[in-house]
Amino acid sequence: MRKLSLALTVAASAVAAPALAADLTVSVEIPRLTVAAYHRPYVAVWIERPDATTAVRTLAVWYETSNVEEGKDWLKDMRTWWRRGGRALTLPADGVSSATKAPGRHVVTVPGARLRDLPAGDYVMVVEAARELGGREAVRVPFRWGAANTARAAGSTELGAVSVAVTR
Amino acid sequence: MKKPLALLAALAMLALPMSAQAHRAWLAPTSTVLSGTDAWVGFDAGMSNGVFIPDHAAMNLAGLVITAPDGSAAAPENMMRGRYRSTFDLHLTQPGTWKIANVSSGLTATWMENGEQKRWRGQAAEFPGTVPAGATDVVATRVSNRIETFVTLGEPTDGVFTNPGDGLVLIPVTHPNDLAAGEAATFKLSIDGLPASGVEVTIARGGSRYRDNPEEMTVTTGADGSFNVTWPEPGMYWLNATVRSPARGETVAANAQYVAVMEVLS
Repeated sequence: MRKLSLALTVAASAVAAPALAADLTVSVEIPRLTVAAYHRPYVAVWIERPDATTAVRTLAVWYETSNVEEGKDWLKDMRTWWRRGGRALTLPADGVSSATKAPGRHVVTVPGARLRDLPAGDYVMVVEAARELGGREAVRVPFRWGAANTARAAGSTELGAVSVAVTR
Repeated sequence: MKKPLALLAALAMLALPMSAQAHRAWLAPTSTVLSGTDAWVGFDAGMSNGVFIPDHAAMNLAGLVITAPDGSAAAPENMMRGRYRSTFDLHLTQPGTWKIANVSSGLTATWMENGEQKRWRGQAAEFPGTVPAGATDVVATRVSNRIETFVTLGEPTDGVFTNPGDGLVLIPVTHPNDLAAGEAATFKLSIDGLPASGVEVTIARGGSRYRDNPEEMTVTTGADGSFNVTWPEPGMYWLNATVRSPARGETVAANAQYVAVMEVLS
């Protein structure tokens, strides 16, 4: 198991706001790689329970959505996500699937309304990237749903910094 | 009267579709976990000492039965028999788990006739009247072989895991297309519809040419026919079990073999 440099900070100064207005933000850095044949990675972002083997919710899947014929053929290369829940999804899905992203920082914002039925508690945000002619990496970031907090971890090959913020 | 040597010779002849005793039969898919609206998978089938290393004999695929997730029969495409392996493609046109099996069964018999050993093989129904009057040392053995693998497009399904109640069969508890290194899996062996207890299962990982230790595992089924395996590494695995039942009264001896190929992902 890879060690994660994890900093979990529960923000003490939660701004007074309606309880249901908690939003979830995931920032994912796709590193710029100097390789001969670079293809943007397929990326999946999902929520797991700390002890669970299934995805509670897939928040984002970035794949070759423009390739209607074959774009989904490589979804299974995100092996962990595919097994934990990806294979049970019908894609494309509104608000979940979108095109692959260029190197850089990308933010997935999930309005609280979309996670209304997610019970408060400890979870793990997982980001998995699989790249054509490249490798595969999953970064796990434990976070808490139900209170404002931020957490971060970083990948070492296919992913850069990943941070999670629950804001109220 | 039975002669152990004659029995062994008979088993050797019919142990596999191509009678390659001591060689391992394998039916290996090019992929097992697939996504997309449809997909193609290729299969290599052969017999050799090193699993998935085609260096001995191609498998006779006369008993190939492909079952689609909805239970319907599917046809292979691009069938080709090479020197060391038979190969074909399968177009996965519906989501779910597909079963690809090469199944054979029959009867083998040996006897002594005028001081000479005679050998016969065929279907059980053709056997009566085959052994001439005056033959001695008649040994008949019912033989069944089932060589299987599974592939899944999209979400795994269980529809193809029905127990034919005939021969040695594996009934998954853990889905064979949901295997990951470091995790445990459970399967059950069933012989003629009943739990196959106390049966030794050999588990071998492919790629033995690229390491020095064969790294094989052996487990034994429990009273309910189940066995557990914790996959040490990702790879393509070969699982094999044989059940030999001696003749009892009117019931002839039986030799049932089962092989499955399963892929374990990282």
